[in-house]
Amino acid sequence: MELLGRLTFDSLPFYSVIAASGAGITVLGALSVMAVITYFGAWRLVLFDWVSSLDHKKIGIMYIMVALVMLMRGFIDAAMMRSQQAIAFNSDGYLPPGHFDQIFSSHGTIMIFFMAMPFLAGLINLIMPQQLGSRDVAFPFMNSISLWLTTAGAGLVLISLVIGKFSTAGWTGYPPYSGPEYTPGVGVDYWVWAVLISGVGSTMSGINFLVTIIKCRAPGMTLLRLPLFTWTVLVTSVLMIFAFPALTVACGMLALDRTAGFHFFTNAMGGNMMNYINLFWLWGHPEVYILILPAFGVFSEVVATFSQKRLFGYISLVLATCAIGLLSFTVWLHHFFTMGSSANVNSFFGVMTTIIAVPTGVKVFDWLLTMYRGRIIFKPPMLYTIGFLVTFCIGGLSGVLLAMPPVDYLMHNTTFLIAHFHNMIIPGVLFGYLAGYMFWFPKAFGFKLNEKWGAWSFWCWIIGFYLAFMPLYVLGLLGMPRRMEHYDIAAWQPHLIIAAIGAFIIFLGIVCLAVQLVVSIRDRQQALDLTGDPWNGRSLEWLTSSPPAPYNFALVPQVQSIDAFWDMKQRGVAYERPERYVDIVLPKNSFIGAVIGGAGFVFGFAMIWYIWWLARCARRHLCRHRHSCLRRRHHHRDPGGRSEGHRGARFAQLAMTPKNEMADDPGFAGQPLPEGAA
Amino acid sequence: MSDCPIEPQGVIVRQALAYRLQIILAFGLALLCSGCGALTSPDLDPNGPITLAERQLLFDGVSIMMIVILPVFVMAALFCWRYRGTNRSARYTPNLAYYWPIEILVWGAPAAIIIWLGFHLVPGTHRLDPYDPIDTGVTPLKVEAVAQDWKWLFIYPEQNIAVVNELVFPAGQPLAIRITSDTVMNSLIIPALGGQIYAMAGMQTRLHLLADEPAEMWGRNVQYSGSGFADQQFRAVATTKDDFDAWVAKAKSASATLDASTYETLAQPSQKVPVTYYSGVEPDLFDRIIAKWRHGDIVDPAPAIPAAATVE
Repeated sequence: MELLGRLTFDSLPFYSVIAASGAGITVLGALSVMAVITYFGAWRLVLFDWVSSLDHKKIGIMYIMVALVMLMRGFIDAAMMRSQQAIAFNSDGYLPPGHFDQIFSSHGTIMIFFMAMPFLAGLINLIMPQQLGSRDVAFPFMNSISLWLTTAGAGLVLISLVIGKFSTAGWTGYPPYSGPEYTPGVGVDYWVWAVLISGVGSTMSGINFLVTIIKCRAPGMTLLRLPLFTWTVLVTSVLMIFAFPALTVACGMLALDRTAGFHFFTNAMGGNMMNYINLFWLWGHPEVYILILPAFGVFSEVVATFSQKRLFGYISLVLATCAIGLLSFTVWLHHFFTMGSSANVNSFFGVMTTIIAVPTGVKVFDWLLTMYRGRIIFKPPMLYTIGFLVTFCIGGLSGVLLAMPPVDYLMHNTTFLIAHFHNMIIPGVLFGYLAGYMFWFPKAFGFKLNEKWGAWSFWCWIIGFYLAFMPLYVLGLLGMPRRMEHYDIAAWQPHLIIAAIGAFIIFLGIVCLAVQLVVSIRDRQQALDLTGDPWNGRSLEWLTSSPPAPYNFALVPQVQSIDAFWDMKQRGVAYERPERYVDIVLPKNSFIGAVIGGAGFVFGFAMIWYIWWLARCARRHLCRHRHSCLRRRHHHRDPGGRSEGHRGARFAQLAMTPKNEMADDPGFAGQPLPEGAA
Repeated sequence: MSDCPIEPQGVIVRQALAYRLQIILAFGLALLCSGCGALTSPDLDPNGPITLAERQLLFDGVSIMMIVILPVFVMAALFCWRYRGTNRSARYTPNLAYYWPIEILVWGAPAAIIIWLGFHLVPGTHRLDPYDPIDTGVTPLKVEAVAQDWKWLFIYPEQNIAVVNELVFPAGQPLAIRITSDTVMNSLIIPALGGQIYAMAGMQTRLHLLADEPAEMWGRNVQYSGSGFADQQFRAVATTKDDFDAWVAKAKSASATLDASTYETLAQPSQKVPVTYYSGVEPDLFDRIIAKWRHGDIVDPAPAIPAAATVE
């Protein structure tokens, strides 16, 4: 058995019905996806048009597909926890501790690393280059590697359901509990390697996005003309580049502790777990801003578009974004006020934390003032934005409370904390991404998502959210710790039952999202986006056709103002036919990104199970392809004549649909008129 | 009012209605409070000055934050209604993007609140530093707490007793707890008395608490520590001075003592351990538990480590 390391038949989940059905669903899911692809004979399409694609839009779509699958998985975990806690008063419920602990660990890990991060990278990939007036990201090939490394990490988390067990150490993996002495199995190794491998991908994404924004802007697109979404991406990229190495180092050291017998974070032999906690949150706090800033960007775009008004306080919003980015590195200690720091240290980090509320408050007011004297159209992305504005304030309130160290002494590690960060991340991050998903879906696929089902999903999500998380605030005040598998305090149970009902309503919200997608695909002919500008938009991504040509812009636009596309419509040049087209150089498709992701997956799997020969092979593979990354041969030329053909068809289409898709809406305030036309 | 000559009937009706409304309101409030469990909440109904002060800070924070939270709620509702696209009578200024007095307000108001809060936060953090002894003029009761898988061991060095999963102390006398862990990270809290602090192997943290009244409370580990975590709790009982002395005498009469080998057995992982008393404790046991992790795996019984390294 040396050949397979610690992998034996006992690693298969036949020890419990619940674990076995989880594994069964995972395997069935994978098989049915393959069956569907085979049924439609789409393997060629999947492999040669998508897996090997270096097109930022396709990479973005694949990222979002990963995120939606993982959202499903993460939600199932959440539902299991809620139902366990609803019934576990003076009883063991249906989940034994070992299983319950895996579930809360995988829920957090999945939602942060494999739902939110891919969703974020997906939206950025899809939209940011178009907003810049660029044809692609700066490093399309590296982009593909990032995608497949993230997918490899997600794959490791998924396969832990089938082979072996996942970590029980929570999504933060605090040592010494996560060390080899207290959790010797493969669980924490799954967590460590999934996080490490996807973390490398995220660092590369950050570099890619930053260079793209600095180097690939259209002429005239000065920094202070960037759309706000792109501004938030700029700051988020900087945070990614600075923060992710801390996570990589912390997890790398933990991996050395676990695999090579080091003593960085062990109890004995000079190890110190406080170093891990420090490093982890040095990444962990900027991470929440990495997640939320682009969502703020989405809200900024959505609120201006659907209020049919210019964004209020552009400079303030940019400054606030930068301030949040800077401050995010000065607050990490508030995650461990209770570790015994002196009052001076705790008060410094407490004050820094409350200061973040200032730029955040500025943003909220500027969004509200954008709605002021606007003409608001309540499309689903706007509903999510308004739901966010109201709900997020409550999370901000509880955040400021927790920032006061004495309050934190009382509330830390209780469900009050859980309520707080879900209250930030669900309205702040997830609502933002869902708003972005519905806002930019027509751009990606050429037809709009069904609005009725979108609104239903919003109402389920927001009602479910309040029912699921407001009781957790109360439970925190009742002293209930997080991560309780069972309890013997009767006063807690009613709140946990309400929370479980809330989780069920959120489930309906997810069902609505799925139905929305299916219904929209079925009825796509009625909701085609022929102009490429379905919402009467303001920034350059709406200049391209929907879906855009591989090169986005046949002719790179000249930018003259903020809201570049709105300005072009106003000047009457948005749809002007250029006199001649130039040749365009595009990256050629390449499988190497996917191969590197695959090698990363195999390497992680081998390290988890101590299959050393396999780990060596995978590492050699990774190193071999390092060289091919540097070679510049995979490009092909798209001749001007071809883009002329494309554009010709587009202009013919535009001529047939002179009216904006929004024009039929009763709240429509009119398209921008060329100056002097009025 | 009842003898008002005009419309007596109307007044009576109105009074009865008001009375009924009062009852409904009181009933509703009671329902809400008990529903929210405010009456049974150790945080909202504390039994000591520390939690009381921490709660006060919580209330102050909520109140001051309302200055920005409530306007957001009002503006969101108002703007959504007034500036809905179909309302053609509302003013529409599509190019309104900047107005400097408003900019000053949106930066200034939150900043003012945060400054106000800072003046509460910093002194509050110093005043409620869990490492600071509570000054009541009474000598504190010394207790040493050791987190184990999955129970709490409390050593009373002055009384030379030890007890598992029960912390008894006189009300009115401050508690000075030294805390360490002989396993993974734990966090000690008695919500009705005051906030938590981590317990970490090879290190010592401190917590000072005080109970106002004799009462039975609960305390526990709130830092997830493995499969026995959910049951890692203990009774925390504030007593009168006499009851405390009686309790010490009861512990003193226990047959078991806590020597090195008994300790090793106790430190093994175990769940739902019943309250256990030890009538004598190995000298410097607490410091030795810390020292064990600082000198490798071998416990060296010979030199008593004076004041073990701390995180102070």
